[in-house]
Amino acid sequence: MHPAFSVIFLTTLIGVGQGVFLALFTGQSYSALELLPIQDSMRFYGNGAIIALVFLIGGLVASFFHLGRPERAWRAATQWRTSWLSREVIALPILMFFVFVYGAMQRFGWDQTLFTNTAGVTLQLSLVVATLGMLATFALFICTGMIYACLKFLQEWYTPLTVINYTLLGTASGFVLVTAFASYSAPELMRFYGIWSTIIIVGAFFTRAASLFRNNRIKAKSTLQTALGVRHNKIQQKSMGFMGGSVNTRDFFHHASLMFMKRMKWIFLVLVFPVPIILLWLGMSNNSTSILLAAFIVQYLGLIAERWFFFAQANHPQNLYYQTI
Amino acid sequence: MTQLALVIDLNVCVGCHACVTSCKEWNTSGSAGFMTDENPYGKDPTGTFFNRVQTYEIGEFPNTETLHFPKSCLHCEDPPCVPVCPTGASYKRESDGIVLVDYDKCIGCRYCSWACPYGVREIDETQKVMKKCTLCVDRIYDQSLPESERKPACVLACPTSARLFGDVHDSESDVSAVIREEGGYQLMPEWGTKPANHYLPRRKTRMRIHEDELQRADNPLNKEQRGPRGPIDAPTLDDSTSW
Repeated sequence: MHPAFSVIFLTTLIGVGQGVFLALFTGQSYSALELLPIQDSMRFYGNGAIIALVFLIGGLVASFFHLGRPERAWRAATQWRTSWLSREVIALPILMFFVFVYGAMQRFGWDQTLFTNTAGVTLQLSLVVATLGMLATFALFICTGMIYACLKFLQEWYTPLTVINYTLLGTASGFVLVTAFASYSAPELMRFYGIWSTIIIVGAFFTRAASLFRNNRIKAKSTLQTALGVRHNKIQQKSMGFMGGSVNTRDFFHHASLMFMKRMKWIFLVLVFPVPIILLWLGMSNNSTSILLAAFIVQYLGLIAERWFFFAQANHPQNLYYQTI
Repeated sequence: MTQLALVIDLNVCVGCHACVTSCKEWNTSGSAGFMTDENPYGKDPTGTFFNRVQTYEIGEFPNTETLHFPKSCLHCEDPPCVPVCPTGASYKRESDGIVLVDYDKCIGCRYCSWACPYGVREIDETQKVMKKCTLCVDRIYDQSLPESERKPACVLACPTSARLFGDVHDSESDVSAVIREEGGYQLMPEWGTKPANHYLPRRKTRMRIHEDELQRADNPLNKEQRGPRGPIDAPTLDDSTSW
């Protein structure tokens, strides 16, 4: 497929936003159980929610560049019964609503204690909102992944690994950003987030590597023989019927060399997984926000390469009909 | 239930592209809006087409055969492009099975074109909506046309009658009969899309001659011992007699 930058930015940016929100939720639920020191809600959770919201909005803006008719985008919420894209269009604003409410509650101190048990563990209203937001986050990850994973003839995408990778890679980038954010505004949480980031990055490495392994061994179900219905081992296209370009020649192939594809694969494998882990641990041992921020930026650049490769690797069967001018 | 469709006879198609040009002409003049052509006479021309004729070479020289292969929307009975549409712009008509796009609802997200394994949906770069073969829905029901012309433009244009149009669910129809009797098949059956359009394979007309057919083995004259004597290439009476 042709990697469209609007979709690359949409999926990576909302991934960061979702990851940041999951990190805030994780931190607050740990501190509700008194496993972590309670944070100043305004500085950490409030501002953290703003960061998450900014990334989600950035993704939403990027998505509009993919549409031919953005003024009709509201219609995309109507076919949620059948279309994963429609479900994503619904899940994203729901998540943004919960993140907004959560951020407002934390920033303006509208939080309330719902109950306190005998051990002194309290349940805050904001945590209830965060739990709803967490559910919306996972729903959005599933919708985003399923948009690709439900297309059965794009065999590279037609696997649960697609959804798992979207979830883990998005979560990882968000956790890395929150690690940098915590080193600045809540230093005692830095190590907590750093360790979680490392665990998620390692997990994401194994699932992404698994999908690379799987995709290298795919046997295409469609061949020129099934595409034409001609039973002969030697079939060669002589003409696609036109000499100018068309949507068929532009949208479904990356037009990059094999060398470039290979390079992109190694670039993302290095930038998304080992480099951020090294920078994370360097940043944590030096207590340096800038190194941690560098870890996030490097990983985000790597994720752009990862998403490019994800699209470019998918081989659409329609290309069988467009092999030569 | 009705399922209108085309049946394309690859045995007859000569690859003249008349269906391509007549399709473009009819549909670019329709009420649904023109079909974009960018730089038609300049560098890198590009444009929207509903129908293409492609050419393939089967086999290796000298045993080759040329296949001209027209390809347009197959109006699948289980169209993968319809459920993925987020706006409901892409739909399959209950009444006649034609898969259509509502150009007023389409947001141009291209998701349906990803979901079509045949690559028959093209986005119009000017109107920014997805377009595809309508089976000339604005023509086949037009009461102002004589009944013989209520057919898709490509079918009427084909000089060799390689394109047949009809209801493939009606087992009495011409198209059902040729699919049944001439080995009609569907493209990429592995995806379960059940294309309504069918293709008829190239069919060779061969003369099969058995050796005993060259010489009449059961010639009754032989039984009566009055058969032709001598070798078969011996001169006959006609050869030796001057009339």
